[in-house]
Amino acid sequence: MKVALTVNGVLHAIDAAPHHSLLDVLRDQLTLTGTKECCAEGECGACTVLLNGRAVNSCLVLAVECDGEAITTIEGLGAHGRLDALQQAFVDTGAVQCGFCIPGMIVAARYLLSITPQPNEAEIKEGLAGNLCRCAGYSRIISAVSLAANRKIQTGD
Amino acid sequence: MERVTGSQQYTADIRVDRTLHVKLVSLVCAHARIGTIHTDDALRAPGVRGVFTTDDLPKPVPRYGPVFLDRPMLATGETKFSGEPVAVIVAETKDAAEQAASLVRIDFEELPAVLSVEAALDAASPLVQDPALRPNDPLADTNILRRWTFGWGQIDEAAADLVVEADYGFPMVTHFAIEPHAFLAAPDSNGVVVWTPTQHPYVLQRVVAAALNWPIARVRIISPDSGGGFGGKGWPKVEPLMAWLALTLGRPVRLVLTLEESFQASRRASAHIRARSGFSSDGRIVFQDLHADFLLGAYADIGGRVVSKASYAACGPYRVPRARIVARALLSHTTPSTAFRGFGTPQASWAVESQLNEAAEKLGIDPVEIRRRNLPAKGEAFRPDDTPADGEWSTALSRAAAGIGWTAPLGPNRGRGISLGLKSSSTASRSVAIVRLHFDGSASVLCGTSDMGQGARTVLMQIASQELGIAPDRIAIVMGDTSVVPYDSSTSASRSTVFMGNAVIDACHSVKRQLHAASTGIPTALDMSVTELLKAHFGPPRGEIIGVGEAGNAYEPDHPLGGRAAFWEFMCAACEVEVDPETGEVTVQKLSLVSDVGKALNPRQVEAQDEGAAVMGLGHTLMEQLVLGGDGRILNLGSLDYRIPSIKDVPMHFESTLIENGDGPGPYGAKGAGEGGTLAVAAAVGAAINEAAGVKLRELPLTPEKIWRARANENHKTKKGDE
Repeated sequence: MKVALTVNGVLHAIDAAPHHSLLDVLRDQLTLTGTKECCAEGECGACTVLLNGRAVNSCLVLAVECDGEAITTIEGLGAHGRLDALQQAFVDTGAVQCGFCIPGMIVAARYLLSITPQPNEAEIKEGLAGNLCRCAGYSRIISAVSLAANRKIQTGD
Repeated sequence: MERVTGSQQYTADIRVDRTLHVKLVSLVCAHARIGTIHTDDALRAPGVRGVFTTDDLPKPVPRYGPVFLDRPMLATGETKFSGEPVAVIVAETKDAAEQAASLVRIDFEELPAVLSVEAALDAASPLVQDPALRPNDPLADTNILRRWTFGWGQIDEAAADLVVEADYGFPMVTHFAIEPHAFLAAPDSNGVVVWTPTQHPYVLQRVVAAALNWPIARVRIISPDSGGGFGGKGWPKVEPLMAWLALTLGRPVRLVLTLEESFQASRRASAHIRARSGFSSDGRIVFQDLHADFLLGAYADIGGRVVSKASYAACGPYRVPRARIVARALLSHTTPSTAFRGFGTPQASWAVESQLNEAAEKLGIDPVEIRRRNLPAKGEAFRPDDTPADGEWSTALSRAAAGIGWTAPLGPNRGRGISLGLKSSSTASRSVAIVRLHFDGSASVLCGTSDMGQGARTVLMQIASQELGIAPDRIAIVMGDTSVVPYDSSTSASRSTVFMGNAVIDACHSVKRQLHAASTGIPTALDMSVTELLKAHFGPPRGEIIGVGEAGNAYEPDHPLGGRAAFWEFMCAACEVEVDPETGEVTVQKLSLVSDVGKALNPRQVEAQDEGAAVMGLGHTLMEQLVLGGDGRILNLGSLDYRIPSIKDVPMHFESTLIENGDGPGPYGAKGAGEGGTLAVAAAVGAAINEAAGVKLRELPLTPEKIWRARANENHKTKKGDE
């Protein structure tokens, strides 16, 4: 089926099988492999992307449902080789170990900061409760989101 | 940097032209005799390029494994665990492969299965492994893969004022790396190349070559940085089959397991441990008597080594004058168990540390104090014939206790617990590094370590930068390709910083010696930069200086483990929990970790490793367990029903502290780290729950349901007593 998707600001006209998820299309047809696949049932959050600004598990969204919609993936954050505030904060706080959960984690955090610009610890935990990490103790991820929020306030970003 | 932008290429992100897609076909049945496999419909399905069963494999069917050559490339005669590959589809697309997989019909006769320790030891149970595969093995007609007895002194009950005895259970758990297993294999001009995020490329190269009956030189392993290993990506999985498929079809083949398939590919061994410990009235250990049964899966994998290594050091970091440790590795019709962070020691620690906590309670001695009384001083021998205590272990104990306010008054429904953990590190092993000083004064460091998130790239970069005096941005760290990097035993046992670190230093020294030799004939060498010196030395043809370095510890044939511990990985965990009296739900309020690491080359990375390992420990302590159905299928297969800690399970107050005295064998006095957190959490949390809720539980995980039931039983007993 013909589907028109705007991914990271670029319009793509693609032919998607009716059973293919948004994740399948992003990874296999558009080769945007930054978005990761783990559980494929909406529990781990590794495939989180923004769909019209809202965080979704792209494994649970059919590609054909996204006709005419705007999608942001991890590749759409930052610009011109520079990291965005969240990406930089994850690096600065040492929140990244193997990195496999990190794209989904950062996109989920991006959504959290878009609705709660100054989240407290409980709000960060709630906002990232759907994103599993197996390497880290999570506490540095909480610090990273706090740091990014504080820097955004300071810089008016 | 690539890890926050999505540009890092994990194995599943690699695209190779003309790749075929592989799907494994298995039975939902732990043990069955395989009859006819009907593949015609699948073969006729669109896009299918091949359907293979054991009948299509070379004869005798190649069997492989890191120690025992017991695992066939595809189930042969019998399927021995639910999820074992019985047939395999290769097709032009993933969809076509999946579609065809559903068209394969397998005739089978279900057979009785061995799913528990009790069943494995029952003489009436079927044998998991064909005795013909175990020639000259006196245990070949049993389900005992191996049995070990360690000990010293004579167990003497009469010498003890108190004997504590109990059974402890540790569940089957799964690694649950967020990156599921992924494999890519392709023919190349020398033979075959396999991409997979393995922790031990050189082990895999050896195993794949042996399975193909090929020379090692014709097998190339590329291991992209993994999305989490934890031991689960250490030992071979289905790579020999993938290599064979690529060669048979003459095209690249790709397989990415689902998370459910990854659950069925590897797990931690469950364990039943009967522990009996004698104490003097002042809390000194008089003896320890441990019987440990570890339940392995259908194929040995590295399971035997897990059991021997963990049971060898099961008495922990204490002075134990008399000990007897009997351990058995049992085969069963379940997913093969393999290495998993802590390598069997979390299972043993749960029993031994809980014994100390129970003795402390009975003797009226503080749990911190009872440990202090039994801890050896630095330099003191404690495990006969092995490395003496190599750290300030009492200091770690005090700091962890202080970290949670050990002596402060406790609130209602709260309790505290403390535990130590000690793991024998790498024994006999070898690491080789090559450092190439290029013509422009930049350098490449080639090493066979795998970076799975522990930060090996960063640490080895720091070491090379320091030794060569070259800025990090002028150094490339090259890993994970057996055709490029020199030999390394493994990325395991927290060994890479110590051994590969030392190998890199050795290689840097070689470079510096050669540089010095090059400068001797040049009168103005002292005034030259490295670049100018290289230019003067090599002239117009140019060149580079290559240093080779090596490190390791020697193989000791008479030592039960093949070598003494290069260092001890030591951890102390102290925690405070709150137990909801209505629901039994546990909240970890405080968790304080202290490890003795000699020297942290990158303190933030080491602390993060300890924290991550401890949260993983909270998983097997409070929530994780693979539950088997009567048919041997994992009932909670997948993330919906198998819970690992989420961000909401992080302790409210969580700190990790490092003790650094530069007393390790690694670079600048470093010891290995990264597994310790998994060793000590369970017994600390168990003791804290006991104090908070008045229940003594000895079967992990300590779920709300178990706590609630145990409390209900206690209340019932109390009421009866009142009557």
